[in-house]
Amino acid sequence: MTNVFEAFSGETPSLSGLLPDPTTDAGWSGDHPKRVGFFTDTSVCIGCKACEVACKEWNLVPDDGTDASDLYRLTGMSYDNTGDLGASTWRHVAFIEDVRPHGTATTGHMPSGLPAITGGAPTRDAATPPPGGGTVDLLALLPDGASGATGGGIVGAHGQQTPDDERDVRWLMASDVCKHCTHAGCLDNCPTGALFRTEFGTVVVQDDICNGCGYCVPSCPYGVIDVRESDGGAHKCTLCYDRLGEGLEPACAKACPTNSIQFGDLDELQAAADARLAELHGRGVEEARLYGRDPDDGVGGDGAFFLLLDEPEVYGLPPDPIVTTRDLPEMWRNAALTAVGLGAAVVAAFWRGRK
Amino acid sequence: MSDANPAEMPERARIDHDQVKPRRDSRRRGRGEELQVPEAEFRSYYGRPIIKAPVWKNPDVPLYLFLGGLAGSSSVLAAMARATDRPTLRRAGRLAAAGGAVGGTVFLVHDLHRPARFLHMLRVLKPTSPLSVGTWILSPFATFAAATAATELTGWFRRTGDVTGVAAAAIGPALATYTAVLFSNTAVPVWHEAHRHMPILFGASAAAAGGGAGLVFASVRDNEPAARLAIAGAAVELAIDEKMQHDLGMLSDVYDKGRARTLMRASKTCLVAGALGALVGRRRRWSAALSGLALMAGSALTRFGVFDAGIASANDPAHIVVPQRERLRQRQETTNTPSDRTTPSDRAFA
Repeated sequence: MTNVFEAFSGETPSLSGLLPDPTTDAGWSGDHPKRVGFFTDTSVCIGCKACEVACKEWNLVPDDGTDASDLYRLTGMSYDNTGDLGASTWRHVAFIEDVRPHGTATTGHMPSGLPAITGGAPTRDAATPPPGGGTVDLLALLPDGASGATGGGIVGAHGQQTPDDERDVRWLMASDVCKHCTHAGCLDNCPTGALFRTEFGTVVVQDDICNGCGYCVPSCPYGVIDVRESDGGAHKCTLCYDRLGEGLEPACAKACPTNSIQFGDLDELQAAADARLAELHGRGVEEARLYGRDPDDGVGGDGAFFLLLDEPEVYGLPPDPIVTTRDLPEMWRNAALTAVGLGAAVVAAFWRGRK
Repeated sequence: MSDANPAEMPERARIDHDQVKPRRDSRRRGRGEELQVPEAEFRSYYGRPIIKAPVWKNPDVPLYLFLGGLAGSSSVLAAMARATDRPTLRRAGRLAAAGGAVGGTVFLVHDLHRPARFLHMLRVLKPTSPLSVGTWILSPFATFAAATAATELTGWFRRTGDVTGVAAAAIGPALATYTAVLFSNTAVPVWHEAHRHMPILFGASAAAAGGGAGLVFASVRDNEPAARLAIAGAAVELAIDEKMQHDLGMLSDVYDKGRARTLMRASKTCLVAGALGALVGRRRRWSAALSGLALMAGSALTRFGVFDAGIASANDPAHIVVPQRERLRQRQETTNTPSDRTTPSDRAFA
């Protein structure tokens, strides 16, 4: 912010609220590049994890595990053996097997232009033969119109569907990443200045400054940044700051085969996202919603925002994050008043004391 | 990945997110308290935490909170004792202030994951970062308090010591209460939502600790102000703790289970015993010292309890999802507008 004291008088919205240009607010001159970001359209994510791999390779992010026993950790969480974002995981693909009783699911169309046969074969447990035995008619699994034989039997939920006889299975896959918030709690709370706002409006840790105090870790309302045990520093997605400087797009967006991860100027991404949402709603995909898109949400909008097909918490995202510094001016006032009160209490304790 | 607090992480069991989890028994309702947030079903990603729990070390950080509070109130006690000619209380306060500040600094540096870079804390002064502000409170305080204690111990430069003692006393109360902002200004629900209570809780806890130290180390002739301060601190601490847990609603469950519950109960016991002891027994050296120790222990246990409760809160996805859902619902009710395109109302789950 240009003047730290203004932030405490409530005159500038630097700690929370609408902020059209966080880059200038952070002290960059007016001719800085436009703010960039990610629009992650999860409706076309196929869960290939190319983004995770590309991120690791480009940024030389080490293995998540610290010992051999951790190396092949299986979480039991569908195909997600990454778990969550962290110091050594800057892209994380979530997998949700959304199982609903057959026929109770909402109707509609596949949310993407992708063919709806991604499941291919029914994902019954391998040990469970189809009811009545015999083989599965794969053609019958194709969506409406694709084979004349569906008879309305396949009206699954949206997402990558794998229907079977008793239940509809909807696959939700989403590549999570640092949100590069307009009001970044990690950045404002960092005591050393290691976290800073780049000229592209992104939030980056300077590893040579970070002293591993860990204050950014609980400051993030999304649980993104973490301290790496091996080197003691805090790490998170840089939105490939080094590539941006060379005019390249971030590694994850480059690697994404379905364009689920879109990189670009934030205003253009927002327009694209709005159009995509309108398109999906027009097709009857009512559960599509944008997450982190609104510039007047609790963090002033995200630089990396998402199109989701279910509630955010299903993907491990907080439904209504608010930057912690929104209440900081009040906290400082309360602490100052209490400090005065404590001093007065000590002085009062000496009142008419007998010796 | 290696989580920094492996012991604190919930078991990574496979949880079917579709399973509606009836949570939270009727705990606390027996006291006739209204829950702010209805006991709700909530969905999550395999029951995993949403935010990251603090990676701060235990006992370093809770001990630092305690020592900072002890030092802060002791410095004012010492300056007042100097002004009212209570030599043993002055000496006790000065030594407690210096010991707390220096010890706290050591713990704070040790808590860093790159302790060799502790001086990076002094690169900038950021009012938006309570840790930065705290560093700039602690550094001059520790300098003044240590200088004062040195003059007290050596007997050299007594006048200078009086001046630095007043300077430390001017900063001391801020050292005792800023730590509440340090904790509240995080996304940890049970800390953040208590941001109106925590400064009072920590300030009162500091008074109990500083007064307790005065009771332990000062003579019975001089210890009356320390006893008064400690009793008042303990009383306020007990009261504001009750209020905080009440106002936290469903979030306060982390104070009702596990180690946080044990610590907070032990803290209350110590504070009550210490305050009563100080009330009736401050004129006897041994009972004054015992009471002072109990008060200091009560203060320290509070910090440990608050710390543990925060870790538990951060690791509980319900603490994030349920209040935020409720917030969204209330906002939607107040605006009463049909949801706009970017945030459609969530459809009933089939």
